[in-house]
Amino acid sequence: MKRRHVVKAILAASVCVMAVNFALSQAAQADELKIGFVGVTSGPAAAWGTSNVRSMQTLADMINEKGGVEIGGKKYTINILTFDDQKDPKRAIAGMEKMAQEGIHYVVGPNVDDGAAAVRPVAEKGNIIYFPYAFPKELYTKPAANAVLGMIANYQSGPAIYKYLKDNRGVKTVAFVAANESDPLSQRDSGVAAAKALGLTVVAEKDTYQNDTRDFTPVLTPIVKQKPDLLVLSGVAPGNAPLLIRAARELGYKGLISTETAQDAKVLQEGAGDLANGFISVGGASTPEIRSKAMEDFIDRYTKKFGEYNDESNTKVYALEYILDTLKANPKAIDSVDEFKKTMDSFTAPNPYLKGDKQLKYVGTTSFGQKRQVSVPMVVNEFKDGKFQTLFVAEVD
Amino acid sequence: MEQALANGVYLGAQYALIALGLTLVFALMNVLNFAHGQMFVLGGFVTYTVYGQLKLPYWIALVASALTLAIVGALFEKFLFRTVLKRSSRDESTMLLAAGTAFFLDAVILLIFGEKQRGVPKIVNGILDLDVVIMPYDRLLIGALAIVMIVAFILFMQFSKPGRAMRALAQDRTAAQLMGVEVERYSMIGFALGAMLAGLAGGLLVAITGVNSGIGGPISIKAFMMVMIGGAGVISGAILGGFILGMVEALLLSVLHSYGDITYLVIFASLMVFLSIRPQGLVGKPWG
Repeated sequence: MKRRHVVKAILAASVCVMAVNFALSQAAQADELKIGFVGVTSGPAAAWGTSNVRSMQTLADMINEKGGVEIGGKKYTINILTFDDQKDPKRAIAGMEKMAQEGIHYVVGPNVDDGAAAVRPVAEKGNIIYFPYAFPKELYTKPAANAVLGMIANYQSGPAIYKYLKDNRGVKTVAFVAANESDPLSQRDSGVAAAKALGLTVVAEKDTYQNDTRDFTPVLTPIVKQKPDLLVLSGVAPGNAPLLIRAARELGYKGLISTETAQDAKVLQEGAGDLANGFISVGGASTPEIRSKAMEDFIDRYTKKFGEYNDESNTKVYALEYILDTLKANPKAIDSVDEFKKTMDSFTAPNPYLKGDKQLKYVGTTSFGQKRQVSVPMVVNEFKDGKFQTLFVAEVD
Repeated sequence: MEQALANGVYLGAQYALIALGLTLVFALMNVLNFAHGQMFVLGGFVTYTVYGQLKLPYWIALVASALTLAIVGALFEKFLFRTVLKRSSRDESTMLLAAGTAFFLDAVILLIFGEKQRGVPKIVNGILDLDVVIMPYDRLLIGALAIVMIVAFILFMQFSKPGRAMRALAQDRTAAQLMGVEVERYSMIGFALGAMLAGLAGGLLVAITGVNSGIGGPISIKAFMMVMIGGAGVISGAILGGFILGMVEALLLSVLHSYGDITYLVIFASLMVFLSIRPQGLVGKPWG
């Protein structure tokens, strides 16, 4: 008898525990906020999307450890759902469709122009606001309304960099080289236009390379012969930048080298060493002079979680922060992207990643006629002995 | 033009070394090893770890790359390709298996070594500047090492017992077996040797171009182009194909750069025309 009672008691206790667990899990599910990512995390451009995913996962971990994010008086734990589009527009569409099926309203990515353009109909039909790292203006100008540019576009940073170098470093001639792909080529074309508008002489604007090129000496040999004051690596992937810099310097190029895309200091140091000194690129909250304690904490956490930090995450950390802070500002936006869009026009919140009283806000009125871009600091860096140093900081409206 | 020619010779030596392993495996086993580029990448990462991270001498890193890939190749042959070849006589079975191993290696490499481009300290500093030709000493050294390895490989295949056995296998598998050649053993040695060459090429070139986890596929495609130009399964064809592709690439990039994005268009279009006229490549046999 006693034994039977013990068994009954154990069974009853088990049922109770299971019931409580079930109830808790239901409650947890109800309080889960799913945010999607659709972008490239494999292949030669894996670094672009991986830095996105890892930034989102790190930030989500930091928030979830504190019990989640409070939106409208309710706590939500953040669940990041990821989809590798392999830099293929067809797969990007499939990824965005998956996000729509999951009932997700906020997605970070895609990372490239054609992927971002391809997912637009799916995002608009599926009520998804997405944050591409792609520059075609038609994604952000009316009638388009669901895409929010997650970084500074090259047609915004390029003119600022060229003007700075013209005024401060005496640059008069510029050469452009780009990968033979849609993103870098369109960035090159807008860079050429910006340079010409500033009165600079463009000595090379047609030179291209295959994105999988490993040895850039043949590509750069005819460009270096032109002896430009500035060599612009349009839309260069972080993996190719050190190879191009090294090849140019080893061919005897003495001028300046710049790009409008974000780069990684360790990759530059390993791939080009001292030859990369003086290389100019664009970053987010990238340099110690401007970043806050919260940014330092994020970098530490990212490094502990993944073993190594990626400097591209200085910009990539912002997308999830913007989504969450906008939802905090208008809790109705959790289920309604229309509410999110309404909030974007007036939204402001403290920027946790920068020193001082800088604000998060949506910008883009000048470039797109509507606020469809996150405001991140346009930090123009100069690489020096393994680290980025701030050259100048600007803002985009 | 002198610089373009020098670039072409250097590129050709690189390419020839990459293509050798691929054509060896094809000759011995009739297997198109789609994972050849991934093996190159793995070799690069082994050298990066041993030389770049552990700070051991470069030659030790090269040996480590060669050994690692030889073991990977031998294991792939013994446990995967041999099994499939025994159970299926259809060519596409090994092609699918090779594609599978490529995806597998891609995923493993990405998991272990991450997504970033990696590089190692220069093995030799300084630049040879002859006015008309500029060439860094490390490129000269790597180019020379690549040529030495190609020559060593040819001598090995020509004069060693395993080399003769593998050549016999490549010519006629059945006849070689009837003459007492241990087919399974030499197939494994051949696959290991092919993988080792890919690993060595990766280890050599990481000192110049670095390595990242995503370049395996493009490297394989380029290796296939060289093999197609020279003739599949023929050692001299791979070397010829590598040097021709390197030279054509360097010269066209120099001559056509002002015409826009047409260099690779011209290369691919020429390759299509060439293959339609001579599908077996320059020195390949039309019957296989």
